[in-house]
Amino acid sequence: MIKQDDSIKKILRGKSFKFGDDISTDLIAPGRYFHLRSNLNELAKHVLEDADEEFAGKVNNGDFIVAGRNFGLGSSREHAPAIIKLAGVGAVLAKSFARIFFRNSINIGLPVLVCDTDKIDKDDELEIDLSKGIIKDLKKNIELKFKALPDVMIKLLNDGGLVEHITKNKGFNL
Amino acid sequence: MDKTISEKIISEHAGRDVFAGDIAVVDVDVVMAQDGTGPLAVSQLKKMSFDKVKNPSKSIFFIDHAAPSPRKELSNSHIVLRQYAENCGMVLSDVGEGVCHQILVEDFAAPGEIVIGADSHTCTSGALGAFATGMGSTDIAVGFALAKTWLMVPQTIKVNFNNNPLKGVYAKDLIIYLIGKITAEGATYKALEFGGSFIKNMTIDDRFTISNMAVEAGAKAGIFASDEITEKFLESQGRGKQYKEISADKNANYEQIIDINCSEIEPMISMPHTVDNVCPISQMEKVKVDQVLIGTCTNGRLSDLKIASDILKGKKVNKNTRLIVVPASKKVYLEALKEGIIETLVESGAAIQSPGCGPCVGVHQGILGDGEVCLSTQNRNFKGRMGNPDSFIYLSSPATAAYSAIKGYIADVREIL
Repeated sequence: MIKQDDSIKKILRGKSFKFGDDISTDLIAPGRYFHLRSNLNELAKHVLEDADEEFAGKVNNGDFIVAGRNFGLGSSREHAPAIIKLAGVGAVLAKSFARIFFRNSINIGLPVLVCDTDKIDKDDELEIDLSKGIIKDLKKNIELKFKALPDVMIKLLNDGGLVEHITKNKGFNL
Repeated sequence: MDKTISEKIISEHAGRDVFAGDIAVVDVDVVMAQDGTGPLAVSQLKKMSFDKVKNPSKSIFFIDHAAPSPRKELSNSHIVLRQYAENCGMVLSDVGEGVCHQILVEDFAAPGEIVIGADSHTCTSGALGAFATGMGSTDIAVGFALAKTWLMVPQTIKVNFNNNPLKGVYAKDLIIYLIGKITAEGATYKALEFGGSFIKNMTIDDRFTISNMAVEAGAKAGIFASDEITEKFLESQGRGKQYKEISADKNANYEQIIDINCSEIEPMISMPHTVDNVCPISQMEKVKVDQVLIGTCTNGRLSDLKIASDILKGKKVNKNTRLIVVPASKKVYLEALKEGIIETLVESGAAIQSPGCGPCVGVHQGILGDGEVCLSTQNRNFKGRMGNPDSFIYLSSPATAAYSAIKGYIADVREIL
């Protein structure tokens, strides 16, 4: 579903970090760091701090956030997906996402995948094929499918995000 | 084919008939960002090499989340917004003017319009019959530049608020009740359309409170049909000419219809740490309250402050509790001063702060201490929301909040009504 020649990697591989339901944007990018919003690298050091204090220190490039229902509920702050991406996270997997977070993630080129995350445990090694829509849990040796994105979002992701889409097309071309 | 209000407004702005599930690129009427999301929108505008905005008089930066600024980093972000607004001829709403959503309904949004804002509670303007929705900074940057956005036409849940609520029960209690019933993701990707027999007896302020919290059920929009109450409000703001009738067609297609009998609802509380963790006041255990906040884009309007001052008149805030009051806008503040509401509140022991978001966002003006409890009229009680993950936020109506400030614990305001 995602073109071969774009800027987003098609095969992602990394470790799973598990989170529960209702992970709000306040947990991802706490309001007490409001003053760091103009300094995303610094803000990224506090990503998800109020849900898992150790996450920012432990996450490696390409790792995955694997969560429950309604991930990213709350405010419109795009800084939330932005610092998840900056922290090196390859994709966020959840049973469901809040609307604005989902849209923001696509706009900035962070893959957000809806699947049955109960089957994945903490520290599982995952391999995700974005073009085929398949998540392989290499530790458990199982395969999961994720829900296809709406076409309009695939177009945006293929262009590298909304800024790139608008720049390339001199406006919307959806 | 008959349309919901969302389908009607989006069709008009897309230049063709669209229905739930369709994708449309639409013209937008009002675009805004605030001081938490605006600076990122500015950097995205620069990345796209836009040095102009399409519709400057309807493009607004609001400095309300950290206003006045408590830190130099935020002061510098404010400079970015002021400069960009000046260069592009945009509207700037600066320190002291008030919360973006209140000023949008006072001065900008109108029935039948599309309003987009880089703030999740942009849905507040739905109370005027606008399709109003929150987005992120990048979407809003594109909205500023092109006065366009893309939308998926949402399915609509019709919510009928039937019968008048009993004494002591307010719009805030009704919306908390609804969110408890359908959960924090019960309306994700969908629009809520409000109707029912109580609608005609609601004040416009009641409608603002209800639309404001639509997003707490995950909704994309929370819309009321426009009527004489809408028209009267617009006239009172000197914008009578912007009134337009908008309502759903008779056979519009609803994904679901929810009927609520308002007369069976009692004062409601959202308990930590999610809005849908609701409890009727009669079933609440005694919860001691360190701080009470009356204000915000949910409940900082004149009628809210009036309800609170009527309860606090001649009484004192409990010695173990602090009461913070933040009028939602300068207009609200001035009216409250004229009517003696502010004097009553100050005499009772309240600390009044300048119009804006106040302590709701956890930046300043009332950050909670470790283990402390706040009862607030705001819309969100997520862990860490008010600046400290080791504190606890409960949500209620202004009446419950005012009475609890006197008692020092979360109390049932019906005891004195």
